[in-house]
Amino acid sequence: MSKIEIKNFNLYYADFHALKNINIYIEEKKITAIIGPSGCGKSTLLRSINRINDTIDNVSTSGIINIFGEDIYGSKIDVDTLRRNVGMVFQRPNPFPISIYENVAFGLRVNRIASNKNIIDETVEKSLKAVLLWDDIKDKLHKLALSLTLEQQQRLCIARVIAVAPHIVLLDEPCSSLDPVATQRIEQLMIQLRDKYTIVIVTHNMQQAARVSHDTAFMLLGELIEFDKTEKIFTNPSKKETEDYVSGRFG
Amino acid sequence: MIKLSPKLSQRLSYTILFLATLLAIIPVSAIIFTIIKNGASAITWEFLTAMPKNGMHGGGILPAILGTLSIVTCTIVITLPIGVCAAIYLNEYAKDNLLTRIIKLAIINLAGVPSVVYGLFGLGIFVMFLKLDVSIIAGALTLSIMELPVIITTSRSALNSVPYSFREASLSLGVSRWQTIRYIVLPNALPGILTGAILSISRISGETAPVLFTAAAFSVPHLPHSIFDQVMVLPYHLYIISTQIPNMPKNIIFGTALVLLMMVLTMSFIAIVARIYFRKRRKW
Repeated sequence: MSKIEIKNFNLYYADFHALKNINIYIEEKKITAIIGPSGCGKSTLLRSINRINDTIDNVSTSGIINIFGEDIYGSKIDVDTLRRNVGMVFQRPNPFPISIYENVAFGLRVNRIASNKNIIDETVEKSLKAVLLWDDIKDKLHKLALSLTLEQQQRLCIARVIAVAPHIVLLDEPCSSLDPVATQRIEQLMIQLRDKYTIVIVTHNMQQAARVSHDTAFMLLGELIEFDKTEKIFTNPSKKETEDYVSGRFG
Repeated sequence: MIKLSPKLSQRLSYTILFLATLLAIIPVSAIIFTIIKNGASAITWEFLTAMPKNGMHGGGILPAILGTLSIVTCTIVITLPIGVCAAIYLNEYAKDNLLTRIIKLAIINLAGVPSVVYGLFGLGIFVMFLKLDVSIIAGALTLSIMELPVIITTSRSALNSVPYSFREASLSLGVSRWQTIRYIVLPNALPGILTGAILSISRISGETAPVLFTAAAFSVPHLPHSIFDQVMVLPYHLYIISTQIPNMPKNIIFGTALVLLMMVLTMSFIAIVARIYFRKRRKW
């Protein structure tokens, strides 16, 4: 069954038509990559899935995004609940300027998911273990999060998201500020997480999409050009634009 | 036209720029020097803690110090919460539309209104229309209206300096907008907001015109009992003893000025220290 169903979705920044009639069916517990040149709308599409675009003035949308069969742009939806269910990790690691522990505990506390210290301790440990950060930092949990390396900070941001137990994790170019070694390690982490979460990743790095994802969407100028199995997109795409892009002829 | 050698013109322009800078420092130092030189001899324990005696020719200036402190305290108690709330609304919630732009423009322009105009406005609204009479509260409300734009502007820039990525990170955890402001934005903006508030305190301690018609008295024989009392305030007291009372000892006049100057400079100094302290702690 498809977890995220995007139907005839359009998005405008004031007069600018940023997403044009997008249709995608994203499956559960798989990694779906969205690729395309800068400005093609791939981040905008990702940011539509947890409605974080709402914070920008003059954004309007039409069409439907169903998550678990419910239209997230419908009138009954509670945006905060939606965003707890659909976590997001950003391009630059953005831990809060508080301790490592408090970063992970933040969502639990503020959302009142847990108030008991033992449960919070447990969840923090579990989340940090899930991102393979626990062993490195278990002795300095109360140090400032910004004292970590960029890669560790990005892992921490992923831990912070999964602490509030989302079903879907959106990754917006999560490795773009990391070096190649750190990138490789974050990719391994994604592969480990894909059994538990439905992951959608935006990347400008085609090799990354090829390495980690099951399905790939190729976008160009606000339109979805092609969406298929990753293998097919990279070896035998059906559209000429896709072929030109993945073979490096532009972008 | 005379052609100067590059070396000479470089030296000439350096000298001119340096002298211009020096010119800006000289008056400040001269003021401080003169006031300390002429007023230091008046500063005694009695001068700071006693009531005026002999038609202000002796005794102390305690009522004026307390009057200024009480008006400043009332003002900041009124302006800080309102100003910060308005700043939060404008910075975090308000959509960029015509109304918001008009409000923002009004706030900027309010800061440019001459202070005597605020004084007259306070006299009309608070003293006469609301019948608060000439009192601490009328003066504090008048100063509040004057200071509100400044507090809003400094608080807004403090809120603005909190990286947008913190807000996005918090929202994307399902944390509501208000909780994001409450737990992420405000704690990180607090140092900036406080620095702005301290500078406001220092500014309003020295204001004369807004309290002239709304709070200040020539002489009050007792200390203020409530916020509805008329009070003596330092800047107005200084004006009175320098112009209205004959044969005033010079050191009392300068001593009063010194006390006022010290109050204002101490506040600015605290603000500077606080800013350095918080800037060091800030890691992003």
